[in-house]
Amino acid sequence: MPSIPDTNDALLTVQGLSLAIRRGRAHTPAVAGLDFSLRAGETLALVGESGCGKSLTAQALMRLLPPAIRVTAGQVRFQGRELLNLPEAAMRELRGRGMGMIFQEPATSLNPVLTVGQQIGEVLVRHLGLQGRAVRERAEALLQQVGIADPARRLDEYPFQLSGGMKQRVMIAMALAGEPSLLIADEPSTALDVTVQSQILDLLQELQARRGMALLLITHDLGVVARMAHRVGVMYAGQLVELASRDAFFQEARHPYSRALFAALPEAVPRGARLQALAGQVPAFAAMPKACRFAERCDRVQSLCREQAPLLTPLAGNPENQVRCHFPGSGSFLAAAAGPGAGSPTFGPALLEVSGLQVHFPIRKGILQRVRGQVRAVDGVSLELAPGRTLALVGESGCGKTTVGKALMQLLPLTAGSVRWQGQALAGQGGKDRSWRRRMQMVFQDPFASLNPRMTVGDILLEGMQALGVVTDAAAGRAASAALLEQVGLQGDSLDRYPHEFSGGQRQRIAIARALAVSPQVLICDEPTSALDVSVQAQILNLLKDLQERLQMAYLFITHNFAVVEYLAHEVAVMYLGRVVERGSTARVLAAPAHPYTEVLLSAVPRLDGRGRPIALAGETPSPAAPPAGCHFHPRCPRAVALCRERYPDLLPLADGRQVACHLPAASAVQLDGEG
Amino acid sequence: MLAYILRRLLYALPILIGVNLLTFALFFVVNTPDDMARLQLGVKHVTPEAIQKWKAERGYDRPLFWNPAAGGLQQLSDTIFFDKSARMFVGDFGQAEDGRDIAREITSRMGPSLAIALPTFVLGLFVTISLALILAFFRATALDFWGVVACVGLMSISSLFYIIGGQYLVAKVWQLVPISGFGEGLDAWRFLVLPVLIGVVGGIGSSTRWYRTIFLEEVGKDYVRTARAKGLPETLVFFRHILKNAMIPILTGVVVVIPLLFMGSLLTESFFGIPGLGSYTIDAINAQDFAVVRSMVFIGSVLYIAGLILTDISYTLVDPRIRFE
Amino acid sequence: MMPIQPVLLWSDLLLWLLLAGALGLGFLSARAAHLRQAWRRLGRGAVAMGAATLLSAFLLVGLLDSLHYRLRLPPAPGQTQAMYGVEVLSLLDGLLSGLRERNEKTYSAPLATRLYAKESRDTPAGVVREYPRLKHGGAHLGEDEAGRDRDVLQRGFAGLVLAFLIWLALAGGLVAHLAWRQGCSHREAWRAIWQGETALAWRGVLPALGGLLLVALPIFFLAGDYHVFGTDKVGQDVLYQVLKSIRTALVIGLVTTLVMLPLAVVLGIVAGYFRGWVDDLIQYVYTVLNSIPGVLLIAAAVLMMQMLIDTHPQWFATAAERADLRLLALCAILGMTSWTGLARLLRGETLKLRELEYIQAARAFGIAPPRIIARHILPNLMHIVVIALVMDFSSLVLTEAVLSYVGIGVDPTMTSFGTMINNARMELGREPVVWWSLAAAFIFMFALVLAANLFADAVRDAFDPRYE
Repeated sequence: MPSIPDTNDALLTVQGLSLAIRRGRAHTPAVAGLDFSLRAGETLALVGESGCGKSLTAQALMRLLPPAIRVTAGQVRFQGRELLNLPEAAMRELRGRGMGMIFQEPATSLNPVLTVGQQIGEVLVRHLGLQGRAVRERAEALLQQVGIADPARRLDEYPFQLSGGMKQRVMIAMALAGEPSLLIADEPSTALDVTVQSQILDLLQELQARRGMALLLITHDLGVVARMAHRVGVMYAGQLVELASRDAFFQEARHPYSRALFAALPEAVPRGARLQALAGQVPAFAAMPKACRFAERCDRVQSLCREQAPLLTPLAGNPENQVRCHFPGSGSFLAAAAGPGAGSPTFGPALLEVSGLQVHFPIRKGILQRVRGQVRAVDGVSLELAPGRTLALVGESGCGKTTVGKALMQLLPLTAGSVRWQGQALAGQGGKDRSWRRRMQMVFQDPFASLNPRMTVGDILLEGMQALGVVTDAAAGRAASAALLEQVGLQGDSLDRYPHEFSGGQRQRIAIARALAVSPQVLICDEPTSALDVSVQAQILNLLKDLQERLQMAYLFITHNFAVVEYLAHEVAVMYLGRVVERGSTARVLAAPAHPYTEVLLSAVPRLDGRGRPIALAGETPSPAAPPAGCHFHPRCPRAVALCRERYPDLLPLADGRQVACHLPAASAVQLDGEG
Repeated sequence: MLAYILRRLLYALPILIGVNLLTFALFFVVNTPDDMARLQLGVKHVTPEAIQKWKAERGYDRPLFWNPAAGGLQQLSDTIFFDKSARMFVGDFGQAEDGRDIAREITSRMGPSLAIALPTFVLGLFVTISLALILAFFRATALDFWGVVACVGLMSISSLFYIIGGQYLVAKVWQLVPISGFGEGLDAWRFLVLPVLIGVVGGIGSSTRWYRTIFLEEVGKDYVRTARAKGLPETLVFFRHILKNAMIPILTGVVVVIPLLFMGSLLTESFFGIPGLGSYTIDAINAQDFAVVRSMVFIGSVLYIAGLILTDISYTLVDPRIRFE
Repeated sequence: MMPIQPVLLWSDLLLWLLLAGALGLGFLSARAAHLRQAWRRLGRGAVAMGAATLLSAFLLVGLLDSLHYRLRLPPAPGQTQAMYGVEVLSLLDGLLSGLRERNEKTYSAPLATRLYAKESRDTPAGVVREYPRLKHGGAHLGEDEAGRDRDVLQRGFAGLVLAFLIWLALAGGLVAHLAWRQGCSHREAWRAIWQGETALAWRGVLPALGGLLLVALPIFFLAGDYHVFGTDKVGQDVLYQVLKSIRTALVIGLVTTLVMLPLAVVLGIVAGYFRGWVDDLIQYVYTVLNSIPGVLLIAAAVLMMQMLIDTHPQWFATAAERADLRLLALCAILGMTSWTGLARLLRGETLKLRELEYIQAARAFGIAPPRIIARHILPNLMHIVVIALVMDFSSLVLTEAVLSYVGIGVDPTMTSFGTMINNARMELGREPVVWWSLAAAFIFMFALVLAANLFADAVRDAFDPRYE
């Protein structure tokens, strides 16, 4: 953690900034009375769940708000100038020069038809007045700075030729080209894989320290905050509810909402304990309570909270830290580091056994579109699922984990491999018998895409039951549907409503209810919480856990989030390029990973205590169409030896029952293995 | 990229064969050559002998696909299909009712057609894209609103009105240019001004609106926000970032018609008496000269497919994603 | 015994079926929440409702013109069986029998009392060349031809006044109704209408209705004794022709979609959903169809159809029947050649939809493809279909005019905007110019197409999910 340069004069001061959404003649207040300041060299993280107004705030500072959003009040002083009434021309002078901005989606934020060099170059021409060769040299130097190998070649490439991480590096280079004194980063790492995220965060931190820039970091991830921020601002429903130094915040967050955010994080509670999910939803901007905006969901609410709006008040003793609450909480809430739970290493009789599963997609090329190769999306995956237990399938995007789930559900054709149900080959594999679909169901990632917007909730629930003959008459179907909704914590009278009337978390409950409708014994969950806010994620994780205990279902839980794995899974299988590289009980794998890739992945997860350094991972994930010879991981592996280049290691068991596909598993794991 | 273009070229062949078969079916299977003869000869002259003679003169007295009477390859080649349809692939279109060689007629008429169609196309593109850029630049203002209203009004007017009205006003009332006709060489410009002008004005409504939609689609994209965050002036954002991306959908609709410019415009040419392919087609339709219509259908398809291939090639110029794959 | 014999032409049947189908679909769609909302959004748009008012007027004329019958002939002596005339008339013809039957000899200008062309007439003083009086136009004036202007002004003014009074009465009734429904004062209801606070945009309907009345009533008052838009070459009233053209335009614009829609929807969705060789085949077919320039393909098909009709006169009982079938064949040809665009659009959307998670969820239950298409894909494509339909209508009306001009449109005996323009354009060379036929056709066509375009835009905005 770099220290903050001790200058008291603020670079950026925001006072009473209020934004409103304009619809026709009506104005709905969105962001209300925001106050904060930022010094040179300092990082302020604005944290909050979706819809709290944090991104709008960032855009308001740049005066790049969408046409429907208006600034209704407030001041923004930057380098001693008032921005909100600056002429547009002067503001343009400032954009890219005084303040740079990085956006969440590097894939869409770069212009697809201009080269990297052109896009960086136009900033240099515009703000630094560089011309000709100087532009190119400077752009090359910038790419070098953001850690792009072979920058001269990359300058002439187009965005589509770069990986996601590289695109974000280019975005950063572009934002830095005008040498801004303030960098606004709007969820800069959210769309990236965890190992890439870690690289990008490192880069931002290093550049900031070197240039003495101020950094306004917009994020929803407390782990990222812990790692990056000097100060933290928590936003809720358009208001800043807490402003504190990083250390104070992580030791003792005061606002009940901040505390609830922590309590909802799977990594912050001991294994086996229930997550504390926030009840209810963020109030809509159009129906904002006059008094405390959090009152409806607060567990410490008192009558005063419903009568009088609290102000952002400095705390006694430390005026830097402020909280907007009548009755701020106190004391630490971070549980002692969760020790490995007592997950029993024994396997029950397997319900579903998958062995040697392969899913390949042909690559067609040339004039006649002949098959010239195969994308080995899944290349020999074996796993077992037992009743009442959860197997987590973990990996970064493109590793094939989702393909495994879809292939098991017969949504994709298997190239090879066998699927056995209680020892018998599944009749449904390719055949007409659909009864096996009653035993196995799936919950999808995006609750907004997984429910047909044109069907009522009742029809959605009924569809599967009718198709698989669970119910035949309408009245029974309706009763069963209502019961299902109750089971997932929704009111039974929601049957005639449409999906758009529900929030993301509620929709995911409906999606779970739909899967449960045919009483499956195996539930495949494909990243069911990754599109949800943490407080909602906690609700869904609790629900899944309860359901498993009650119904003894086996879960195949596909995710990239290790915190969720640790909280929910009994066993974990880590995938890299279509193959499982390590498999074993969650406790052991997470405590002492044996495969170097698992080690890297685990180290890259930003931790709430801000400790632990990520292991740098060289290069990019290779394409599954042309995996490296030998061990797929060897080009990026810190421990690789000659043998790794020649032969793919077998998935061999260690003594503690876990399996590792590595010629040189980590010593600590092997040692643990010796003890166990 | 070469393979990409080659693949496109190869793909064109089965489509042309499809077009050829379809037109053949349309012209010879729906109605028999006997029907054609009866129609052409007129009710009074219909006798079996006259029909036979009419068919023999035009080579319609053979079997459609398969000639069992002939020997060897001639079983295939001595048929109506081979003679009238398959030979179009090598540019042999046979003779029109008036006995002239269709292929020669076509080559001589392409020039006048192009003389009208090309300026109309280029000028029209320039005008409509400029107008659309202006409307998109001033989006959500009164100018944009009334611009769109004007576009809807213009596109609700029949193209016949543009031609008749324009011809009446400019040529007849104001007598600025000749009403119709065509001249050779440089002298031709007097005859060309009005049809070109009418062609441009007639296309303003729908094209401007269409391009405006494309521009507005791009304006909402993330990369535009990035460009603004760099502090670029709005003009640069528009002309460098948006215009270049919008070229991709615009090219889809534009490049494909370039080869079809050879075909000319049916209406304009017939109203202004331009001796191009458009008026040739109209005359053939009115005279029910099936050989000419058949040839025009085939040539139109060839040109359209050429346009498709040109479109694919033009993509590689504006879209690096295709250029490098 | 019946004084008339009803005649059901195929196009009548299709038009009425289409109307019933549209009403049925509208009724069904009111049950689906998202469509109901789209209709509501549409109803709130002032421009949309104004255009819809105008379109309803056109539709009314078209439908009146789609109830056909044959008149019974006066029985000949000694005849017991009823005989009916060969001429097939419509209800509109019956209503406009004055216009239909008051034919002049040849051209006459709008509101004229004399013919356009001079004629030789034997008089006691010898042969004189003069513009003869019209048989019907302004005949009631008798010798007082100079009184025409005053008469026209009087009638026109009476029409305007009456139009205004009717409009006031309608608006008043509406205000009273709204006030009663909302339980507010009349003043408030009046204000609510013009502020656009009503569920249906009366502020669009009322001006459109007003405009319609202000145009229609003066014409109505004049048409009894004048040729408001003049007469054509054979002396037929142009106003009558224009009104008759409306039906032709409606049939072309509506029935064509009946042919195009099933092709586009079925083939587009099937190609996108099943992919593989099915997709290849369908794509091949539509690329082939697409690669023949539209007018040429239509020309070729129409020529062949014409020949088929010409060589088989025995298929048709009456001339009306033949013209009618030729019209339908034209619709079928237009439909066959224009489904490719929509099919391509639907294919692309289906390709996107089929990867969505709710479709995957349905497949995970083993639901069969036809059911997935019916329940999951089609409802999510409906907005595209609706938008495409209304968008196509106006371009089809314009196309008809061009095709009829080129000589590959409707039967020459059938009145349509295209045939009107085609017949009239040769007369532009005359001196003085015969402009009224053209002008009337263009103005009516413009009104119809503009209303359709405005309505189509509003439908697109209301149904496009991006605006939800």
